Amino acid sequence: MFDFTLAGARAALRARQVSARELTTAHLGAIEALNPRLNAFITVTPDLALRQAAAADAALARGEAGNLTGIPLAIKDLFCTAGVRTTAASRILEPFVPPYESTVTANLLRDGAVFLGKANLDEFAMGSSNMTSAFGPVTNPWTRPGDPSPLVPGGSSGGSAAAVAAGLALGATATDTGGSIRQPASFCGIAGIKPTYGRCSRWGIVAFASSLDQAGPLARTVEDCAILLGSMAGHDPKDSTSADRPVPDFAAACRRGVRGLRIGVPREYRSDDMPPEIEALWQQGLAWLREAGAETIDVSLPHTKYGLATYYIVAPAEASSNLARYDGVRFGARTEGGDLTGMYENTRAAGFGAEVQRRILIGTYVLSAGYYDAYYLRAQKIRALILRDFTEVFRTVDALLTPTAPSSAFAQGERMDDPVKMYLNDVFTVPANMSGVPGLSVPAGLDARGLPLGLQVLGKPFDEETVFAVGAALERAAGFSARPSLRAGG
Amino acid sequence: MAYVIEGSTGPWEVVIGLEVHAHIISRSKLFSGAATAFGAEPNSQVSFVDAAFPGMLPVINGECVAQAVRTGLGLRAHIHLVSRFDRKNYFYPDLPPGYQISQYAHPIVGAGVIEIELADGSTRSIGVTRLHMEQDAGKSLHDQHPTKSYIDLNRAGVALMEIVSEPDLRSPEEAGAYIRKLRSILRYLGTCDGNMEEGSLRADVNVSVRKHGEPYRTRCEVKNVNSVRFVMQAIEAEATRQVAVWEGGGTVDQETRLFDPARGVTRSMRSKEDAHDYRYFPDPDLFPLVLDEAWVEALRRDLPELPDEKRARFTRDYGLSAYDAGVLVAEQATARYFEEVARGRDAKQAANWVTGDLFATLNRTGRSIEDSPVSAASLGRILDLVADGTINGRIAKDLFDAVAETGDAPDAIVESRGLRQVTDTGAIDAAVTAVLAANPDKVAEYRSGKDKLFGFFVGQVMREMRGKGNPALVNEALKRVL
Repeated sequence: MFDFTLAGARAALRARQVSARELTTAHLGAIEALNPRLNAFITVTPDLALRQAAAADAALARGEAGNLTGIPLAIKDLFCTAGVRTTAASRILEPFVPPYESTVTANLLRDGAVFLGKANLDEFAMGSSNMTSAFGPVTNPWTRPGDPSPLVPGGSSGGSAAAVAAGLALGATATDTGGSIRQPASFCGIAGIKPTYGRCSRWGIVAFASSLDQAGPLARTVEDCAILLGSMAGHDPKDSTSADRPVPDFAAACRRGVRGLRIGVPREYRSDDMPPEIEALWQQGLAWLREAGAETIDVSLPHTKYGLATYYIVAPAEASSNLARYDGVRFGARTEGGDLTGMYENTRAAGFGAEVQRRILIGTYVLSAGYYDAYYLRAQKIRALILRDFTEVFRTVDALLTPTAPSSAFAQGERMDDPVKMYLNDVFTVPANMSGVPGLSVPAGLDARGLPLGLQVLGKPFDEETVFAVGAALERAAGFSARPSLRAGG
Repeated sequence: MAYVIEGSTGPWEVVIGLEVHAHIISRSKLFSGAATAFGAEPNSQVSFVDAAFPGMLPVINGECVAQAVRTGLGLRAHIHLVSRFDRKNYFYPDLPPGYQISQYAHPIVGAGVIEIELADGSTRSIGVTRLHMEQDAGKSLHDQHPTKSYIDLNRAGVALMEIVSEPDLRSPEEAGAYIRKLRSILRYLGTCDGNMEEGSLRADVNVSVRKHGEPYRTRCEVKNVNSVRFVMQAIEAEATRQVAVWEGGGTVDQETRLFDPARGVTRSMRSKEDAHDYRYFPDPDLFPLVLDEAWVEALRRDLPELPDEKRARFTRDYGLSAYDAGVLVAEQATARYFEEVARGRDAKQAANWVTGDLFATLNRTGRSIEDSPVSAASLGRILDLVADGTINGRIAKDLFDAVAETGDAPDAIVESRGLRQVTDTGAIDAAVTAVLAANPDKVAEYRSGKDKLFGFFVGQVMREMRGKGNPALVNEALKRVL
């Protein structure tokens, strides 16, 4: 049951070899068994899942299977789900039950998916380790052989990634503002794509940084990601930044192959302090693509080095404004104070964790009169240059290949002393958010300590098809078959 | 005579700029589908977007954009085909997202102009700096509970136009004329109902004073003034205060003030030091607003005739004075009424009737011209009855009042009350004879040279004839006999 890919489970459901009820029950059982150790879910919704599974079985019996009918998924607890508590892993939203369904999750429900529950994450998606969740850290199902110390799953979509890697769900929704899909995918040995900005509606997703946030799937294979994205994506008139263009057959693109494609290798992603095994895996990935018929070309993205610094101005700036609505007045948690200001201060002091408070402060600072031009305005100018880098380079290549993250998963509690060290996790992933281009992480190998490493494929805006084609080719060549130590049915 | 404040050191010129906030007429709010009707139950017109629930996103209301563009065109202003929405960040319970979406750096409408007409018949062009769209906030009610404030979000997110003038105004009268003219244009365009009592139109008034020929001195902003009269009073009060400060050796500090109409003074609301840092930045939920030039041109073609054009046409085509034309075009309904009365008739008479008897009757009865007790058709008929000699001018006034009172047709009243004027010279001569016989002393005085008494005899004869005598024939008969 737990060896299924999403595509395989879908075929088995349609062939009536397994029922949605069986599949759902098995996954709920795995959650019950493993979630106490992983803490991948903040909220589990067994009753709802079983009702949805029953409806799925009925639809399957009628021969009316949708794209995802009967497929059990984990939903990052940043997506509002009607009638199901949505916390953003924050105390301030602990009691919040949305009366509406996000567009992305509504699309999944439309296509017959079963929701197992709400996955843990860094508070308000702010983090690269899942250590900032108000509901406790998520534990990576992978451990270093011979070393039991718990590792982080990456972040912010750490719960989603851990759940998928450990077999607690066939796939998961996630969001990516600076790498929050791709870095956890790399740390947990699974696939994850941040599609082009505008591909998925942001309506009903708790906002972190509006111009960077983008929803995408996490799954154990590239094809599974393609199947999920096919349901999640689509134009939404309720999101002004959603792209009005048709959703291609992403799954079909996975079978295209890479013969004749030109793959760029950005030299700025190479650094002296990059671990040699990551450099080696990168070269291996390029070799695989050449063997599959692609051409690899050295290219330059000259403004890459400013990406991270710029990101940590733009994202907190938008967050400081987006999070102003959590004021204790209309919903969520309130802590009374002597007067209005006291209530605001007490509510936000009690409701927001340290990292969220840090980013609100940074964001408020960079937008302040007298500092705006030096920080926010300059960051926006550099952002335009980063986008121009990509536009230029995509005139000559079809996709880029880079490492996903500068390291494999680290131990819980590591890098907590210096936020900048933590922020450096996002160095390879942030440029895709700054420019809006799609980025896919594919599990490609293990490091010397036996932990998974991912490679990142970046593509042209709205050309996820090529990204999937390249990612699937890498996946086939890598033949990544290692499994985490903590795993359902394992 | 230029308006000045006379201080102990001589006259001071007053410099005024206005920021007018006008509610855009639209069925739904600027960025949400919630309704905008005034006076609904508290919090009955609030969407999750207005209440800023997690994950909610703004979507621009195209009709509000069209209304802003129409207004810009009506102000003969430059329309920016690319504009942008910014966030103005501050915390307050009636501002659910913690920011107002506004157009700070790149407004939809640029420089325009408003022609104002003053009581002495002169006109001035007042520069409009810009017009931008923004959201209104909700309402905080502090008087409903001893320790709590109540919040009504019905107004939260309703579309506003902020129309900013250049500091071109120099007197309370000019400021009043500016607001009245702006209101008139907005109502013509159908983009704002101009209802100041319901808060559809509010003004922030920037006031400074200076000696003639000086550069501008520090200004103060008097916030949220909600009637033309209060705007004029606030300017006078604030300018007088500033003159006293300067002449007392002090300096005027830039600050935000409030006008207290009961006491006729302004008082400090917050100083520049306490001013919010609004941390404006482009709203990342919205792409820049890009307008199609052809669409703007289509809106331009569909604009109604505006007050200035109509006034020019009324003076040109109807030969009206600039003043009368100005009065008649202030409201579209009045102009429409006048034109119906004037069609095929003496336009000056029509204008006199509308601005005289009709306005007086509307004032007295408290009714609007749309709901006038005398229709334009009836007033036109009364004029016809005078023109064809059926009634005389004096009876016409009585007939007008009778129509106003009963709502009956003028012809029916003329018949039922026997108001036809008497042109029968025999009857007129008889009345003349009777009046002369009754006033032999007055006749003697007149004949000894007291010409002024002629009017007395006309009045007596008309009275004798119960007002219905043909005035020309009465004059003729009197002259002949006397």
